[in-house]
Amino acid sequence: MSNIKRQELTKLTEKLMKRKECHFQKHEVERLIIMFCKLTGGCHEKLDRAKFRDILHKCFCMTDDMLMDRVFRSFDTDTDNYLSHEEWVIGLSIMLHGTYEEKCNFCFVAYDLNSDGWISREEMFQLLKNSILKQVSEEDQDENIKELVEIVLKKMDRDHDSRLSLQDFKGTVKEEPLLLEVLGPCLPNKPEHNLGPYS
Amino acid sequence: MGQALQRAAQWTSAKDGSGGKLEFTKINEELLNTIIKFLEGFSSKYPEEAKLVFKSPLTWPSSLTPQTMSGPGLSEKGDDLVSDATERDIPLFALKKESVAYECSAMTLDYCEQVLRAASDKKMHEVRACLEANRDPVVNMLGERFATVEGDDNSIFRFMEEITKEIEQLAKQSAENEGNTEKQQELDEKKLVLKLRLSLLRLDQQLLNQSIAHITKEARLTPVIVDGEFNILRDLSGADERKYVLESIEYWGDGYVFKNGCRAHPQRQLHGDIAYIEARPFDGNPLYITANTSGYYMNKGPDNRGDLDYEKEGDSYRDLVTLLKDKSPHFAEAIDKQEFSLKVQERDDHRVPDSKVHDVGDEDDQEYSYRQEQRRQKQIIEEPEKDQKSKKPQRKKKLEPSLKWKTLGMEEYKEPEKRSERAFKIKKKTSSSRLKSKTPLDAEDTFSESSTESEEEEEAVERRSETNADLPSEYWQIQKLVKYLKGGNQTATIIALCSMRDFNLAQETCQLAIRDVGGLEVLINLLDTEEVKCKIGSLKILKEISRNTQIRRAIADLGGLQTMVKILRDADKELKCLAAETIANVAKFRRARRTVRQHGGIKKLVGLLDCSLTSPVQHSQQMKNETDDVEVARCGALALWSCSKSRKNKEAMQKAGAIPLLAKLLKSPHENMLIPVVGTLQECASEHSYRLAIRTEGMVEDLVKNLNSQTDELQMHCASAIFKCAEEKETRDLVRQYGGLDPLVSLLQKTENKELLAAATGAIWKCAISPENVQRFQELKAIEMLVGLLNDQPEEVLVNVVGAIGELAKATPNRLQIRKSGGIPPLVNLLTGTNQALLVNVTKAVGQCAEEPDNMTIIDKLDGVRLLWSLLKNQNPEVQASAAWAICPCIENAKDAGEMVRSFVGGLELIVSLLKSENKEVLASVCAAIANIAKDEENLAVITDHGVVPMLARLTNTTDDRLRRHLAEAIARCCNWGNNRTSFGREGAVAPLVKYLKSGDDMVHRSTARALYQLSKNPDNCITMHESGVVQPLLKMVGSHDEELQEASAGCIGNIRRLALANEKARYS
Repeated sequence: MSNIKRQELTKLTEKLMKRKECHFQKHEVERLIIMFCKLTGGCHEKLDRAKFRDILHKCFCMTDDMLMDRVFRSFDTDTDNYLSHEEWVIGLSIMLHGTYEEKCNFCFVAYDLNSDGWISREEMFQLLKNSILKQVSEEDQDENIKELVEIVLKKMDRDHDSRLSLQDFKGTVKEEPLLLEVLGPCLPNKPEHNLGPYS
Repeated sequence: MGQALQRAAQWTSAKDGSGGKLEFTKINEELLNTIIKFLEGFSSKYPEEAKLVFKSPLTWPSSLTPQTMSGPGLSEKGDDLVSDATERDIPLFALKKESVAYECSAMTLDYCEQVLRAASDKKMHEVRACLEANRDPVVNMLGERFATVEGDDNSIFRFMEEITKEIEQLAKQSAENEGNTEKQQELDEKKLVLKLRLSLLRLDQQLLNQSIAHITKEARLTPVIVDGEFNILRDLSGADERKYVLESIEYWGDGYVFKNGCRAHPQRQLHGDIAYIEARPFDGNPLYITANTSGYYMNKGPDNRGDLDYEKEGDSYRDLVTLLKDKSPHFAEAIDKQEFSLKVQERDDHRVPDSKVHDVGDEDDQEYSYRQEQRRQKQIIEEPEKDQKSKKPQRKKKLEPSLKWKTLGMEEYKEPEKRSERAFKIKKKTSSSRLKSKTPLDAEDTFSESSTESEEEEEAVERRSETNADLPSEYWQIQKLVKYLKGGNQTATIIALCSMRDFNLAQETCQLAIRDVGGLEVLINLLDTEEVKCKIGSLKILKEISRNTQIRRAIADLGGLQTMVKILRDADKELKCLAAETIANVAKFRRARRTVRQHGGIKKLVGLLDCSLTSPVQHSQQMKNETDDVEVARCGALALWSCSKSRKNKEAMQKAGAIPLLAKLLKSPHENMLIPVVGTLQECASEHSYRLAIRTEGMVEDLVKNLNSQTDELQMHCASAIFKCAEEKETRDLVRQYGGLDPLVSLLQKTENKELLAAATGAIWKCAISPENVQRFQELKAIEMLVGLLNDQPEEVLVNVVGAIGELAKATPNRLQIRKSGGIPPLVNLLTGTNQALLVNVTKAVGQCAEEPDNMTIIDKLDGVRLLWSLLKNQNPEVQASAAWAICPCIENAKDAGEMVRSFVGGLELIVSLLKSENKEVLASVCAAIANIAKDEENLAVITDHGVVPMLARLTNTTDDRLRRHLAEAIARCCNWGNNRTSFGREGAVAPLVKYLKSGDDMVHRSTARALYQLSKNPDNCITMHESGVVQPLLKMVGSHDEELQEASAGCIGNIRRLALANEKARYS
């Protein structure tokens, strides 16, 4: 309660509670805002990428640098490279308690490296680059990744345009929920992953 | 028998002062049985020895009463029963009242045998009491000189010398003067004693031999052995669950070691205790084990004050490892791995050359994966692989190819390959090399499983082509995917898993391809990881492919069941469901079911059934939670259904509290839930405890309700459950009360579904045992429908249909109905079949039909009696018996029955010869048939010629009331020919018959009285009867309400009286 006034906290909380993406209880939202203030020094300050990545790593055991950046991108809805307290709370809400629809959007945005609304072969290759343990040669490795990308496309590209649209993505995930994080883990998966270290 | 009793028999320690008791153990029971067998029939084999009077009586507290014992030669004196014959003024037999109980004392083996006969089912008790009271019976019987002694027993030789000396003396004496009869008598008696002693000695030897077989199984433990085993296990104990077999193992107590190596307290050492061991397994509570000289067994552990409760719990084991294996599944699994890790240390230096020696199993996939492994190995180790092919000839010669250590060697090499990826911690263990089955076969268990397993699937025959050329394209695609599974991180793994599911996994080529490229190992290893998604993906595939029998076995061999059982406790519901469903598929064969049980799977599965909302409800998810829980319960029931095919699993389920949960689920409205639940119940209903529970928990109502379901499968399981449960009267009544008979009859219309038909007809059969149900079936016109089913049905349906007809035919109107609807010809036709179960039912049904004279004419016309008669030659005693029963009404109701019976060539000889059968039911039925046959005089003459009289007389000693009744009836009928009455008397049939009057069964009384009346027409028999005390009970029976009994009893008494009068007249005139 150090750097935020009670009144302001209640106001912000109420405002956030009205958002439909917010699946938290009231007291949870309050705690998150307080946490945000602690991290940044005030509720109107912004959270930068480095700090956020730190949290992702410590709380949700995320390790992949690129994916952490992508998760930041999914949080950062106004693409200003910083997170406001709203983005912070809503992002976490989707990440932890989001509906299937919200999570699909969240992941899709994360995987869509150039934010053009499609996930292309190249983007997939980039994301899956490290998903296979190093085999003998670099070429073989690339070959294997390419094959893997083809597998994903075969599985998910429903309109056969050699790239994944949000619609493709949602459709296949609905059929097979396991494919939600098809191109890399960007959601916390285990119950023991929580904001514990910070709260 | 002295030696055997002293050494072999297990006595409780003599602490209560009364000289110890014989423990209730298997050995003792066998010893007692042998002694009983020896005593029974002793008097007929050795009549003289049996009459030899003991030196002093054998006295013991008996459970007999004078009423049960009384017979000829015994007279009652007050409360006591004393024999008339005495020796040195002591009665040879006495049953004296001692405060409450009776004390029995016998002076000859003859009387001992009589006691046993009177005790009937309490024989064992009497012998036990006698031996407990007389620790060395030989001393009582033959005198102190034959007492059982340690070391060489020369008493017999000395005795023999004595006898020979006396013979010589006698010979001398007789040469001098005329024979000394007194001496001669004494000598004769001594010879008798010798004979008896020798036969007792033989018994003794027999007993010792018998127990030695047991004792050799129980090697004695010594402190050294205990220490050795303990130390080995201690080396294998530690904190890491994966590496060690036990968490810890310690000696319990203060650690003081006595000079003799024992650690137990001296006073406990007296009991044979060597040490106490406290073992902490990874799964379960600490085990407190007593190392006794007789073996290892569990004790009750320390109490609150830290004192050990020494009492034995459970069985003894010969070695510690077996005990622990039995108590801790984890130990059993881990100890197998341990064996080879030890070996590897010894062989470490030879590893490199040896690793090139193949051990090629029969299955080429092993070879394949092994090569793969080798290839990988090649890449990793810098070591130059020397031309493998040149070494190949070696492989056949090598006789000791230990795959176990090879495995281990590989694991070490793979270590660098195990990348320490931070997030992804899949333990990709050596995949292909775990060739050792993790689901051990253990012969002991295999035979204890239930009969429902007869439909056990056979080991599927491998039928794959060897050449790679014909492999379908799926094979290569799957191989590629498995490569990603092996080499990919979580993301790649999931992609590969999802993609693999796009193949048609129901197709055998795909299933086997997954196995052959080593995918199964990876899939099972994935279950061991932390990644829920990988586990779900893997289980989804395993669930599908485990429909294949070969895959099932492979999964069990790879230890998949153990992991899946562990998953059952996971928090994720979807995961639990999938694991349970996969277990349901895999547990279709016995070994797998046992594995599930041994790893605590039954308890966990039963836990899944509890689908009440215990977890906190969040938001609007309540509905979802509920349906999830129901789904979990359904999958649990599905798995239990598979598991419940083993008897031990049924017990385990009951212990885990499955019954009330199943009862609750049975109320569920979902049909897909009901099928596995009813399926499980139906499977378990073979156990009496379940049948009781099904009745008392009110499940019958639900079962009946579901008979009206739309689904054939559910109806089938319900009917089948009722079929099994309706063995009990109360259940039959409940089925009627809940209106279950109507739907059962209407199920008879579903003639196309044979399984359903078999279950429904079975249920009708069992329900028809109750007369009230028969009435309802009559109203529902079940007979016509059942008769309609007599043609063109598979045997399993026919058995039940005919069984039902047989039961229904017990009511007279139904018999008529059967005839009217033309049921008799097909029934008689079925008599020519070979199926034993069917024959038993058909003969019963035909027998019931024959009760009606009109039916009998038809049966006779169809030559049914001849067919029945020929079934007497069947190997199966059940068929013999029911055929003989069926013959009875046939003879009764057929016209010219006597002529008909005579027309069967060799038929009479055949039926008389069946009196030699061992089976009581056969004997009773044959006696009944003979009673009917003997009504015809000519036939009676024939069977008399075939020696029916001595054979019947031989059976008279029986205690079985059913047999007694028909036997007495047969004797009564057979008296009507020639001098059969005298023959019965000569064969000793009269005295035992008198005893029948003490039976509690009225029907026995009636037929016995008739037999006695017939026999009493012979004066000698009258005397025997009178001696056996027939008058008293007969007088009582004259007062009976049963007129026939009255008449026969009175007639018998009249005959006895007349004899007495004639006697008196003769004396005075």
